[in-house]
Amino acid sequence: MAPERIITSPPAAPAAGPDRPRPVRRIASLLSLRESPVIAALVVTLLGASLFVDMFASGRNISFLLLSVAAIALMALPMTLIVVTGEIDLSVASTLALTSATLGVLWESGVPIETALWICLAVGAGLGALNGVLVTVMGLPSLAVTIGTMALYRGLAYVLLGDRAVASYPQSWVSGARDPFLGIEGLPWIAVGVLVLAALFAVLLHATPIGRSLFDIGNNDEAARFTGTPVRWTKFWLFTLSGVVAAGAGVFWTLQYGTSRADTAFGLELQVVAAVLLGGVSIFGGVGSVLGVMCGVLLLGVIRNALQLFGLSSEVLQIVTGLILIASVVTPNLVAKVRARRAPEPTPEPVSAPAPEPAPAPAPVPDSTDRPHNGEQS
Amino acid sequence: MTDDRSPVPPPLALVDVTKSFGSVRALRGLSLHLRAGEIHALVGENGAGKSTLVKTIAGVHRPDGGQVLVDGRPTEFTAPADAQRAGVAVIYQEPTLFPDLSVAENIFIGRQPRTRLGTIDRARMRRDTDEVFGRLGVAIEPDRPARGLSIADQQLVEIAKAITRHARVLVMDEPTAALSGVEAERLFTVARTLRDEGAALLFISHRFDEVFGLCDRITVVRDGAYVSCDPTADLDVDTVVRRMVGRDVSSLYPKEDAEFGDTVLEVEGLSRQGVFADVSFSVRAGEIVALAGLVGAGRSEVVRAVFGVDRYDAGTVRVAGRALPAGRPRAAMAAGMALVPEDRRQQGLVMESSIERNATATRRGLLSRFGLLGARAERESAREWGARLQLKCGAYTDAVATLSGGNQQKVVLAKWLSTEPRVLFVDEPTRGIDVGTKAEVHRLLSTLAGEGLAIVMVSSELPEVLGMADRVLVMHEGRVTAELDRDRADEESVMYAATGQRPSEAA
Repeated sequence: MAPERIITSPPAAPAAGPDRPRPVRRIASLLSLRESPVIAALVVTLLGASLFVDMFASGRNISFLLLSVAAIALMALPMTLIVVTGEIDLSVASTLALTSATLGVLWESGVPIETALWICLAVGAGLGALNGVLVTVMGLPSLAVTIGTMALYRGLAYVLLGDRAVASYPQSWVSGARDPFLGIEGLPWIAVGVLVLAALFAVLLHATPIGRSLFDIGNNDEAARFTGTPVRWTKFWLFTLSGVVAAGAGVFWTLQYGTSRADTAFGLELQVVAAVLLGGVSIFGGVGSVLGVMCGVLLLGVIRNALQLFGLSSEVLQIVTGLILIASVVTPNLVAKVRARRAPEPTPEPVSAPAPEPAPAPAPVPDSTDRPHNGEQS
Repeated sequence: MTDDRSPVPPPLALVDVTKSFGSVRALRGLSLHLRAGEIHALVGENGAGKSTLVKTIAGVHRPDGGQVLVDGRPTEFTAPADAQRAGVAVIYQEPTLFPDLSVAENIFIGRQPRTRLGTIDRARMRRDTDEVFGRLGVAIEPDRPARGLSIADQQLVEIAKAITRHARVLVMDEPTAALSGVEAERLFTVARTLRDEGAALLFISHRFDEVFGLCDRITVVRDGAYVSCDPTADLDVDTVVRRMVGRDVSSLYPKEDAEFGDTVLEVEGLSRQGVFADVSFSVRAGEIVALAGLVGAGRSEVVRAVFGVDRYDAGTVRVAGRALPAGRPRAAMAAGMALVPEDRRQQGLVMESSIERNATATRRGLLSRFGLLGARAERESAREWGARLQLKCGAYTDAVATLSGGNQQKVVLAKWLSTEPRVLFVDEPTRGIDVGTKAEVHRLLSTLAGEGLAIVMVSSELPEVLGMADRVLVMHEGRVTAELDRDRADEESVMYAATGQRPSEAA
């Protein structure tokens, strides 16, 4: 979907030359942003879905859509940082399930939800920290570690709940999870929460020394180390953060659906990773933005929602998710290859693959969505 | 076989070769005749087109214009395989062997001799490898895995590979950049042997002593164009340098005498199992101390341990009297240390990242306001330092990979000098950069020392060590074997200590 990182090809064609008038240059650089294809795809999909799918543009459906992607969006935020450093966390959905199970057990044993909630977050931190220790202290590849803990945490969830379900949560909490923000129809409060969190993550990644060092680590962790960046420490905290956020998502998920089950959110990590890659984060690390990822989350959600409204089965949705995941990894490579082939010719302007329609400013997304406003990268 | 000159056409010749990449004209009408039984040197500043020329000879690039003649016949190399078939072999600065295969397997990769049953004839492979190494006078065990071979040995394996392929033209692209003096000398012996057997060799190097010591003929190139080609006997270093840069280079090593201040850095009894042992030295403000020795003597390792990137087992490091915690680069930076590492591309820079981000990577906290780091603060700081160091670049937002080696090194220097250090470690500060920039770097180091900076310089180039250092520490196999003052240090004394022939005078 997004152009692949340009690996030192011959001095990349002089982008918008310095002699161009400023606004032109700015638009050119916007168009060539790595996430512009996903933004464009999102706009097109939203327009198409509103025009051709009955019921799509209704407040009820938008609310449903936003609720269905909220947990994914939450987990995608720390995942973005982790993938930027060249690692991955595949255990997020299992962490979510294990926290959900923990919440269920605590609630059944009479712990008030307000207390259980904090315990769940602490459990999440512990689960994430375990990933972090295995990756940094043991020096194991995060792919292997988190595939292991993905199975481990899911297994522990079964130990806690077996095949039972806990569904006795107080109605006020359950419906409260779905409450609209300030009574605005179609805008659940969680969407606003995610938006705020996304803005924070965007600032962290794109406008702080730590964020810069994350890109450094992803591109060349040795050089980062020689510059005094505590590489392993940073990675440890990222995994811990991912655990905490996944636990938060788990609590929300549980209350939103009013049930705890050990098999809940099975395979959800796939959607999180798909959204992150779709959003233009390079699976090899070193490239990506929060804005792109949030658009990726929405795009994936809109496509699934529209297909559901068409009455397609969940098996088909699964297949579509898989295809999008593959496409989002393959496309950047193809784009890079096409570029490399064209590279010897002096290309006047590096236009990113499918040039989005006119929309010069970051395409305004109709309705309210959890799109962060602050996420420009370069 | 040295006398088959004019009637026989040279095994490889380039005539008026041109090659452009986009708007950059890398080669503009370059001609080069490589004769059998001759070692030909190619010299020029970085960016003069040497690498493009090598890649053209190797069949990686196809020239836009001009001719490649093999034995006098126009030939087109469309792929490296064509060049190999024509008897051309290229030995790169850092060879890429398969680490898990044996030396013999690497030499015969892709064309292993077979037994009658169709299996690989290991005995013959080993025999042939032994024979080639015997011819070259090299002792490398054919059965050992390539992993762990020194770069020098890896190059010899590549040369052996070329010989078993019956290469008649051997191109060596800066082969000695990462070699110690002894290793380089061994390589030259091999090169002379090959020359005497009638091969044509092209030797590319930034080191003039090597060029003049080894080569029969020197071609100078500048800005992708041919400047001159003369027998070595008719040339001297000054002439060549003048032709390379197109102007006079005042002095390569302008170290001025400086007043030394207080002791800034004290290293005592630093040891790391199997790497270096009992290393002690101190550096005063305004002093340049060089760590000399062969590659692998542990010089870089000591510097890295002192800076905290690597751990050490015993010993202390003190900056201005205060002991530093081990293994903490952050603490070292806070105490005023800076390290310009040996490997620019792997350790010094994040190549994919922009110039401005690389140049400010050490000071992100300082450039932030309320914890927020803006692109403008980075750009302004990078601009300022870029201007101070006369960095030549397009936009500061370009990836640092688009710069030439010398300018990349300036970015690394900017990155560290901007932290206003009290102790500066520079590890091979001028490796692989052109003569002009080299002189700039030397002048810069000299000025900085004059301003009271304590500098520790690791260098494998003896002239650089002797020209720049106030004091020379020589290391051999992880130990300091000599400490020589400026007036006592000469090539001989350093080389003796570096090869461990005259055991410890000081330490």
